[in-house]
Amino acid sequence: MTALLSINGISKRFRGLAAVSRVSFDVSQGEIFAVIGPNGAGKTTLFNMIAGAIPPDEGTITFAGTRTDGLRSDQIARLGVGRTFQLVRPFPALTVEDNVIIGALMQTKTVRDAETIARDTLARLDLFDKRTQIASSLTLPDRKRLEVARALATGPKLLLLDEVMAGLRPTETDRIVATLRDLNRDGLTILLIEHVMRAVTALASRILVLHHGAAIAEGNPEQVLRDPAVVESYLGAESL
Amino acid sequence: MIDIWHRLPMRGKMLCLAALAAAIAAPLVADRYLLSVLILVFYFAYLGQAWNLLMGFAGQLSLGHALYLGLGAYTATALWTLFGIGPWIGVFIAIPVAAAAGMIVGWLGWRFAIEGVYFALLTIAFAEFTRIGFDHLQITGASAGLFLSVNSPGSDKWWNLGGGPLLYYYLALILAVAATLLVAWLRRSPLGYRWLAVREDPEAARAAGIDIFRAKMIAMLISASMTAVGGVFYGFYYRNLFPSQVFDIGRSIEIIMAPIIGGLGTVFGPLVGAILLTPLGESLTALMQHFGVNTPGAKSIFYGLTLMVIITLQPSGVWPWLARKLGLDRPRT
Amino acid sequence: MTAITLNIVVQGILTGLVYGLMALGLSVIFGVMRVVNFAHGEFTVVAMYAAFLLFDMLGVSPLVSLLPIAVAFFFLGYVLQRSLVEPFISRAEHEQFILLVGLATVVVNGLLLIFGPDAHPINLPYSFDSYTVGSLFIDKVRVFAALGAFAICIALFLFFRYTRTGTAIRACADNLTGAGVVGLNVKQLYAVTFGLGFACIGAAGTLMATIADASPGLAPAYTLLAFVIVIIGGLGSMAGALVGGVLIGISEALAGFYIQPSMKSMFSFALLIIVLVLRPQGLMGRRL
Repeated sequence: MTALLSINGISKRFRGLAAVSRVSFDVSQGEIFAVIGPNGAGKTTLFNMIAGAIPPDEGTITFAGTRTDGLRSDQIARLGVGRTFQLVRPFPALTVEDNVIIGALMQTKTVRDAETIARDTLARLDLFDKRTQIASSLTLPDRKRLEVARALATGPKLLLLDEVMAGLRPTETDRIVATLRDLNRDGLTILLIEHVMRAVTALASRILVLHHGAAIAEGNPEQVLRDPAVVESYLGAESL
Repeated sequence: MIDIWHRLPMRGKMLCLAALAAAIAAPLVADRYLLSVLILVFYFAYLGQAWNLLMGFAGQLSLGHALYLGLGAYTATALWTLFGIGPWIGVFIAIPVAAAAGMIVGWLGWRFAIEGVYFALLTIAFAEFTRIGFDHLQITGASAGLFLSVNSPGSDKWWNLGGGPLLYYYLALILAVAATLLVAWLRRSPLGYRWLAVREDPEAARAAGIDIFRAKMIAMLISASMTAVGGVFYGFYYRNLFPSQVFDIGRSIEIIMAPIIGGLGTVFGPLVGAILLTPLGESLTALMQHFGVNTPGAKSIFYGLTLMVIITLQPSGVWPWLARKLGLDRPRT
Repeated sequence: MTAITLNIVVQGILTGLVYGLMALGLSVIFGVMRVVNFAHGEFTVVAMYAAFLLFDMLGVSPLVSLLPIAVAFFFLGYVLQRSLVEPFISRAEHEQFILLVGLATVVVNGLLLIFGPDAHPINLPYSFDSYTVGSLFIDKVRVFAALGAFAICIALFLFFRYTRTGTAIRACADNLTGAGVVGLNVKQLYAVTFGLGFACIGAAGTLMATIADASPGLAPAYTLLAFVIVIIGGLGSMAGALVGGVLIGISEALAGFYIQPSMKSMFSFALLIIVLVLRPQGLMGRRL
């Protein structure tokens, strides 16, 4: 398998504080890769660098054979990286459908086609019946699903999910897990940051553990979750 | 375009057609004064559409649209008075002039991440800067003004935008209708969706692959160009231009009234706002004259109060509320 | 520097200090509440008229009426914030703008209705006196106005630095949520801030009345002037307002003398555009 996303020694410092230091990993085509770690471990910073929201201080990011570090986030999005935000940011005053149409317009030129894509995507995420609602009127779980739908509608090769399960009830989590597994089966590569271990173990084929900005373990879930360093720094603190 | 028409509910179609028919037939019954009010209604509806494109759709607050209005007016008028180039050609020079000014303002602002209030102030600064510049530009008459002669050969011909109120009336109507159609079409175009995304959340818009700088620049380009056309109309309708009037910040505020009162970011808002506001102001003037009050500030006080009341009570404007009342807010079945 | 240039620069600095005080009001309000007072120049002119009326009808010198007018303006600002602006604090920027543009329109046209378009000068007995220092001739009124403005600015600095209320207001500006959490009455502090901003306007307007003739036409120009100064100095920076005021004062004086009085504000706007492009946070402002 070839690496779709290749992270090579990237670092980010904020006012001298190392948020991410020399992290490297590869995400293969077709896998679900999870990044876990306690709060403040640098997960979201890592994500923002991959998505181009902030530039890395050092290191390289290669996506589908193209160097993406230093590109703007919209350029990276157009290369095929879809993302959600940890604090959801749907377009508040627009309808659910218009939100997703905006995403879909990245892969098609006409609004008519974008509408078709949007409706399919909404149906897939159980939001079809709510498509005429204004986004700001949705409940938090629905808004999270809307974020996923908008990112998905851009037709990404890689989907970055930033804690989409946080704050959801177990049944809602299971629904999203099922949807994501479906999407993955259809060929979508997923990189997720997640706190909900139940979702991570259910989805991820490989896990990277971040602690104080550095990678302390990487491998398949069984290996990683048994790693003493991981248990001590992370699982010990928050427990399964 | 046909698509948009189909989306309108039956009642909306009837209403549009009836309003259009009434507007076309209006000169049959309207006297000269009423016609002059209607000309202003459509003129402000047109300019409102232009400004609304930038603010209502792309979310960029410009308080300096007088710049594009003035540049459009001065370019076409000066071409006519100095070189005898008629407005139908002049407008195609006025548009790029104003558009270039818009590009400079947009580029300076958005390249350097000047947003919101700062951007609004930048737009004011440019308009004021230009106003003072024109105050000292001898070739266009400086602060003494630029006048269109009514006696020069051909100046009363329609192809030189000269003539009676009927000409200006239908011209303003065509401008307003065309602008509304253009905005309606843009709203449902990929570009329109991108603007809305930029307005709602620039960061999330980027994540959806939108080059927000480009989207804003295109909005500015179209908005400034449309405003310049309005300026050409202004120049040839009033037939005199003073920098202190046409570039004034009061002019910019006048432009933004109709869309704000009518409903920002809606297709019909600028139209509704202009229809409500202009006759209100005019009738107030008439009323005061009737009672022998001749005070220049009173009308503006009324405008100011209207702005304050509307923005406090109905910040999203009259049209969304009206559309709900008329049952026009559910465009699709 | 020739004597004449030096003269002009000194006059510009003195006028600029009064500008700075006016802009300080705008800066304080924006720095704390993130509201841009678009009616700033309009109320400055209201204060000028107040000073004119007190002088014209009661013979009170502006240097005496300075304090009562500033206090009255404090309460005016307090009430305006409480009644009109408060509901708009968390609203969109353009909505705040429009509210205040509306207010500005009402105020300036109200002045026009009451006083007419003509200028109303205050002719003090020493209006045309000047101090002579070497080759410098400095207008007496301008010195008084500048000293008054400077003193009030210092008083305001000290207030924000050393009083409980001042510190609490700075806390609101730095971290609104935090200020609410530790139990500060944010609404009350906002109203006080708005009041202080207006007290600056009141004082600046009164002093301005001694060096410029009150007329409604000045109002929009002063609003723009205050904006230009505050952005050049850095929105929210108190020292920046003074520095910006002095800079603009000098630029206006020089342009007015060497080029054309009517073109002086063109240079201010050019300065503004340059600053916005090169350093959008202003000369003394924190990074955006």
